[in-house]
Amino acid sequence: MTPIKKHTGIAIPLVRDNIDTDTIIPSREMRSVSKAGLSEGLFAPWRYQDPDLRSPNLDFPMNQPAYSGATIFLGGRNFGCGSSREQAVWALQEWGCKAVIAHSFGTIFRNNATRNGLLTIALDSATIDMLSNWVTSDPQANRLDIDLIQCQINIANKMVRFEIAADTRTMLLEGLDEIGLTEKLLDEVDAFEKRDRRNRPWIYLS
Amino acid sequence: MGLTLFEKLWRQHEISRLNDTKSLLYIDRIFLHERTGSFALTSLERNRRSVRRREHTFCTMDHIVDTFPGRGDDTLMPSGREFIIATRSAANFAGIKLFDIQDPSQGIVHVISPELGIALPGATLICPDSHTCTLGGIGALAWGVGSTEAEHALATSTLRVDKPATMRVNFVGKKPIGVTAKDIALYAIRTLSSSGGSGFAIEFAGEAIRNLTVEERLTLCNMATELSAFTALIAPDEQVFSYFDDKLYAPQKAHRLLALEHWMSLTSDSDAHFDREEHIDISGLKPQISWGISPEHCIDFDALIPNPRNAPDPYVAAAWQRALDYMELKPGGKLSDYEIDAAFLGSCTNSRLSDLKLAADYLDLTGATVSDKVKALCVPGSGSVKRAAEDLGLHKIFLRAGFEWREPGCSMCFFAGGETLGDRVRVASTTNRNFEGRQGPGVKTHLASPLSVVASACAGRLVAAEQRL
Repeated sequence: MTPIKKHTGIAIPLVRDNIDTDTIIPSREMRSVSKAGLSEGLFAPWRYQDPDLRSPNLDFPMNQPAYSGATIFLGGRNFGCGSSREQAVWALQEWGCKAVIAHSFGTIFRNNATRNGLLTIALDSATIDMLSNWVTSDPQANRLDIDLIQCQINIANKMVRFEIAADTRTMLLEGLDEIGLTEKLLDEVDAFEKRDRRNRPWIYLS
Repeated sequence: MGLTLFEKLWRQHEISRLNDTKSLLYIDRIFLHERTGSFALTSLERNRRSVRRREHTFCTMDHIVDTFPGRGDDTLMPSGREFIIATRSAANFAGIKLFDIQDPSQGIVHVISPELGIALPGATLICPDSHTCTLGGIGALAWGVGSTEAEHALATSTLRVDKPATMRVNFVGKKPIGVTAKDIALYAIRTLSSSGGSGFAIEFAGEAIRNLTVEERLTLCNMATELSAFTALIAPDEQVFSYFDDKLYAPQKAHRLLALEHWMSLTSDSDAHFDREEHIDISGLKPQISWGISPEHCIDFDALIPNPRNAPDPYVAAAWQRALDYMELKPGGKLSDYEIDAAFLGSCTNSRLSDLKLAADYLDLTGATVSDKVKALCVPGSGSVKRAAEDLGLHKIFLRAGFEWREPGCSMCFFAGGETLGDRVRVASTTNRNFEGRQGPGVKTHLASPLSVVASACAGRLVAAEQRL
């Protein structure tokens, strides 16, 4: 996993509530058993007038020159709710997204994001609105400067602090592989099973 | 101070505390399906890791497989065959039990996992699928994860989990006649909001919950993910214990007695503290139907379609307006004025025998048939449900009334690019998500109970059973 410490980028405001993972990547856009090739389907229902023809919806910011090169999305409440599909994260990343800033997140989406090195930041609605207004006034110039080491977002003359769970922050900063970390604890798992087998023998099928 | 049921299960599975908020939990059972499980298995293989406890790991084909009679590996969904073959090959390589397309036990993962005794009271179960919370209905601690987390569980029999807060939702009053567990679920989401459960493990409690059948409890817990909850659960009781009397993988003989002893301790202590308590009165509850594009957008069937002018704040007003535009509805009107093009009876929410029986009884009792303008599908949740329904002759009732009778699977709960109900059509559906485009491009999904969906199919418009009778 690629570590992320700081990121400065153009942000696309999609400040609406309950943006679900079906919208981020519809089931019909997940066409192969591969993490690659998903970015074309990212936000397909909103991004294309006709998803089959890939004809762009010019009203959608992803298709507007003002937002060209964007790497950050701004969302509302419950971003990434719904289906557990990790393809939502893979599609965002393949498209170039490095961070999502929203009021709150679907739990599974947020876990998936962290495990793939996609930064998710939760902020209150007023701050999101402020960032959104600032970005909208000149998207190419008004870039968000995110600093995960200091836990702050810098914009022209302001600094916004954010909170993030300590271990999530460490995982992102160091690009850790959780499976590798847990494999070092397998002796503890063996010991647990030995004890547990006495308490709950009925759970063990062999 | 006493412990909540959730706290008991957490402690029983806690191998170690990793930090203030996160623990390493033991995972008793893992279930995979061909949509997301294929990624977990192939990634595991690529990283040269193996499944640590093969005998506790299961896989089914439900999401992509067609539901037409005589189906095989080929699917209407483009590249569906690739997912099916990759899953089969990875499952065989990993040496885990696969309920393949022709297996008599094949079905929707959350329908077959209790049916086979794979999900058990007090057991932890994970699946890379958000509706895994369904299994809370039998008192399992079960939750949905992504493919990477599933891979972690496959390799280590554990997960690193942030401990959620606890919430008890107490249902007050008796469930009125004609109201189903689905209506309770939709009403709970309408009341608490689609993010109301965020960060919580929910326990559903109260007299009305104790009176629910096992299958009704599965339906209610199924929709906890629509509250954005970590999961939900219901304390298991005698009814649940006897449900597991004859299940294939459930404890037998001496182990059954030990399991029973354990299961009987699975309740929240009377002095247990919950971080949040909610009370929802269902004594006057009427059948619910969704009008918008989030499961929280629900109303009584006879209520008026909401007007954004009456929304509590500008964010909600904007969300309602987007929902009205997408759903092509006029505020102030009634949903019963809107004709439907299709009706879908199925999904991990409502495809169990009692759901099918409720719908078939309505057809049998009223002699009603599906409206000429409506395409109606009935898709049983599993091979076992299908056989039991056929033994009761339910398939004949459905077929006679104009429903298609299908093979088990997730089917039209979502549109995967294959079978379609049609572009932009309006659908009455027993599923769990009315998201934009979930059932197809521009498709307008109205969530309701099996009873309401079958009544709507026959009326050709959105009505509750009592409105049509």
